[in-house]
Amino acid sequence: MELILFYIASAVALFATIFAMTRTNAAHALIYLIISLLAVAVIFFLLGAPFAAALEVVIYAGAIMVLFVFVIMMLNLGEEGEERERQRLNPTVWIIPAVLSAILLAEMLIVLNGFDAKETGALITAKQVGLSLFGPYVLAVEIASMLLLAGLVGAYHVGRRFRLAETDDDEAPIQTGSQNGEQR
Amino acid sequence: MEGLAIPLNHVLFVAALLFITGLVGLMIRRNVIFILMALEVMLNAAALAFVAAGTAWQQADGQVIFMLILAVAAAEVSVGLGLVLQIQRRFKTLDMDQARRLNG
Repeated sequence: MELILFYIASAVALFATIFAMTRTNAAHALIYLIISLLAVAVIFFLLGAPFAAALEVVIYAGAIMVLFVFVIMMLNLGEEGEERERQRLNPTVWIIPAVLSAILLAEMLIVLNGFDAKETGALITAKQVGLSLFGPYVLAVEIASMLLLAGLVGAYHVGRRFRLAETDDDEAPIQTGSQNGEQR
Repeated sequence: MEGLAIPLNHVLFVAALLFITGLVGLMIRRNVIFILMALEVMLNAAALAFVAAGTAWQQADGQVIFMLILAVAAAEVSVGLGLVLQIQRRFKTLDMDQARRLNG
């Protein structure tokens, strides 16, 4: 039973990823990428890692993809405006992502109704993960926190608006490189 | 591996296919945003392999590594998208072949 669900989820993930890599429009590719991440979350759930599945949905498909959406919106790629917006509403654009995500929704309903989580065999709960994370891996947690801090400072520095005068234009990339080098 | 209903080989095969898709996408696309997306796909495939292996051996280590990969992906994508904004401001395009000032 869960083997079939696993193969369906894998097929959805692969197709969505291939579609995401071959779109020309960044916003369309983003939709396919989100579906791919949701399908991988389903695979995690079927593997008996519900905590990883939840994190995949919340952080990957939620937070990181929202960053992509913000950047695509900030880049003013849609200056053609409402014409393209109207084109986007025709069914050929959204019908494939809708079908793929409907497959994932159907799988979730089957899992919720059909059999309970204990039958999937190997179940690693969030408690075990937490005990391992803050036990033997506590140094890795510290390093990850420093990495996130470096990412925060680096993103603030890189993303700020440089003055585009000629003098500043020449010194700015050098400054950026050295700063990133120090942070890492 | 007992306790794992799904064969580990199949999960690793799916992870490898996802990784190859991301790698091919990384090589064929020249848009910076698509390159970042391909990197996300590759990190995600690696995370899938880690979680599958951790489940196969009944250890929580796989999911711990998954969380570390999550942190790496978040830091990488924030800095990368900042660079995307700078490239757009400087070169007025997202084509990576235009940003080649180091090429001389």
